[in-house]
Amino acid sequence: MAHEKHEKVDAVTGVATTGHSWDDIEELNNPLPRWWLWTFYLCIVWAIAYCIAYPAWPLVSSYTKGALGWHSRDAVEVELAALKDQRSGMTAKLAASSLEEIKQDPEMFAFARAQGKAAFGDNCAPCHGAGGGGAKGYPNLNDDDWLWGGSLEQVHHTIQFGVRSTNDQGHSGTMPAFGRDGMLKREEISQVADYVRSLSGLPTEKGVDLAAGAKVFADNCAACHGDKGQGMLELGAPNLSDQIWLFGSDKATIVEGLMIGRGSVMPAWHGRLDDTTIKALTLYVHSLGGDQNR
Amino acid sequence: MADAPVSSSLATAQAEDAPLYAPRKQIYPQAVKGRFRTIKWVVLAITLGIYYLLPFIRWDRGPNAPDQAILVDLANGRFYFFFIEIWPQEVYYFTGLLVLAALALFLMNAVAGRVWCGYLCPQTVWTDLFYAVERWIEGDRRERMRHDKEKLTLKVAAQKGLKHFIWLMIAWWTGGAWVLYFADAPTLVYELATFQAPMLAYIWIGILTFTTYTLAGFMREQVCTYMCPWPRIQAALTDEYALNVTYRYDRGEPRGSMKKNEALKFQGLPAGDCIDCNQCVNVCPTGVDIRKGLQLDCIQCGLCIDACNTVMEKIDRPLNLIAYDTDMNVKARMEGRPEVRRIVRPRTIFYAAIIAIVGAIMIGSLAMRQTVYLSVMHDRNPLFVRLSDGSIRNGFTIRVANKNLDERSYILAVDGLPGAKLDIVGGEIDQQGRAVVKVGPDQTLEARVLVSSQGSNVASSTDIHFTLTDPNSGDSTRMSDYFKAP
Repeated sequence: MAHEKHEKVDAVTGVATTGHSWDDIEELNNPLPRWWLWTFYLCIVWAIAYCIAYPAWPLVSSYTKGALGWHSRDAVEVELAALKDQRSGMTAKLAASSLEEIKQDPEMFAFARAQGKAAFGDNCAPCHGAGGGGAKGYPNLNDDDWLWGGSLEQVHHTIQFGVRSTNDQGHSGTMPAFGRDGMLKREEISQVADYVRSLSGLPTEKGVDLAAGAKVFADNCAACHGDKGQGMLELGAPNLSDQIWLFGSDKATIVEGLMIGRGSVMPAWHGRLDDTTIKALTLYVHSLGGDQNR
Repeated sequence: MADAPVSSSLATAQAEDAPLYAPRKQIYPQAVKGRFRTIKWVVLAITLGIYYLLPFIRWDRGPNAPDQAILVDLANGRFYFFFIEIWPQEVYYFTGLLVLAALALFLMNAVAGRVWCGYLCPQTVWTDLFYAVERWIEGDRRERMRHDKEKLTLKVAAQKGLKHFIWLMIAWWTGGAWVLYFADAPTLVYELATFQAPMLAYIWIGILTFTTYTLAGFMREQVCTYMCPWPRIQAALTDEYALNVTYRYDRGEPRGSMKKNEALKFQGLPAGDCIDCNQCVNVCPTGVDIRKGLQLDCIQCGLCIDACNTVMEKIDRPLNLIAYDTDMNVKARMEGRPEVRRIVRPRTIFYAAIIAIVGAIMIGSLAMRQTVYLSVMHDRNPLFVRLSDGSIRNGFTIRVANKNLDERSYILAVDGLPGAKLDIVGGEIDQQGRAVVKVGPDQTLEARVLVSSQGSNVASSTDIHFTLTDPNSGDSTRMSDYFKAP
């Protein structure tokens, strides 16, 4: 053994010690069992073989690749392919079924919701929030107010082609910048803003001429937002008479919209995501509970 | 210690040219007959019988469930044990079983030392079986020692070959029985025999064949001395009252040959009953000398008791020179004090009580187990949604587990929020406005539940409760949650 020769022998056991002492307790120098030693040697051999066979050593700008050519990326791809293969039966079923058929079949519906939830997290959550809760300017997908319609078909269309997107089939229609483009005077804007607040029962400023606001609304806004501000699905014009506000319900925000216009964009997902994923997304978003026809 | 000088001279030699390892000393346990040997044979037959035959026992659970009494169904995440079916989330029953097993081990240890090691441990049982095969084919201790010393003859080589073949067969069966616990046993046996079984089955049989063959055929007592932590643990758990296989040196010493001790007695000098025949050492499966006292290597199988009693009978001396006894009593007898035997003492009462409590808790919770299970999770984001009419809605993800073996329709109701409206995605709403969830046999179902307030005037947090009821059995389960509002 490598350690220096010494004569110390433990009196109780009669075994030589290694000479290492802790609080006067010395370590006995018992020999190892043979099987242990062989296991130890085997581990060394194994480690060397492993270093040769698998990626092991970092180099300056690379690393040793290993004789077997194993790569963690390849392993992931194999697993992904296996996963795709495993799901292929269900994926084919989804592809062949209509949205309504999927919704009626508990097994397909559960699968589609799970797949949709994952796809939502990857693609939609940055704007709409992890649970589809929305943000200022980004619609909440959990509520029952839908700019472009909340039925399965309507949601499907919106996801596929987007809103004010580059896709020809996408929804279009913008809120004009009445103030900036000189269509309405400042005073008119203030009046109509108060009138709009009054539509959903919100308090208005003292002494405001609501009748004048109503006239401005009828002349400029009703074409899209409807006579009573009930909105219009075809143009994505929001319902102004309910309790849900995309940008906010305070007067300043409404005035801002009237001054500079509104026109948020949602990309078209057709071509970016495969059709089955878009179907799954549709069913997931629809299941969040916002179907106004429920 | 009688042998201390020898060891120290060895140690000096080690210090100069120490070997890197200590080669194992081959042990050739001799055949023995007696009470403890019989007990060991019976225990061996029962434990191995249970292990090999249990997977074939059938238990009718009706349709939609396997009819194997004990089955670990990994693919479907179910464990069947006769009338009990365990789901993955109930894995705490296994924890309870392990706690019970540990406590039983402690209790055994407090009563009679290493009962587990000597009689019940798989390592002991299989090694015993392998030794029996070895003895049957190669002969007893002397013959085996001679074979290993002499030049290998064709006959001995054939014997050894046959021995290893039988060992491998036993090992193979051990692995074979193991995999039967994980699939329908008769089907798997047929598949194995016709080479149609899944690769995994063959791999596991291979692994267990290898471990059984190596551990019981070659490693043997080294598993107990070097690999197993229990000898160390039990040494810390034991006390002076625990019965252990003990050499009664009060009666045995001074040891000496028959003749020498007779002569001593004749002269009126002290002479012990131990005639130093070494039978206790010869029969020991771990190769220890019990006369050196309680030691780590001793698995307390009691075979030395049998060996010694055989000799005592022959030389017409009282039996039980080696027996289940305590060192404390040996000392007491030497000093003329009365013996103390206390099996019922705080330690054993404590272990027994804890075993009873844990057992009762487990039986109680098993008996009161619901066949329906509900979990409710409030949406994290968004916490609440304002609807166009100003009312507030909260979303919940529920999971309903149906532990019955037929399809059930459960009714979900919510209370705690006056006028609350319930809606469900993945279920139906019946005429009374209750949500109905249909769950297949032995399955779970996830659904989304939407609870809406009446009007917009709601407290920022309200305690609500979901109740899931099985109208058929009346089983119901209740979960608490919150209704959140701005």
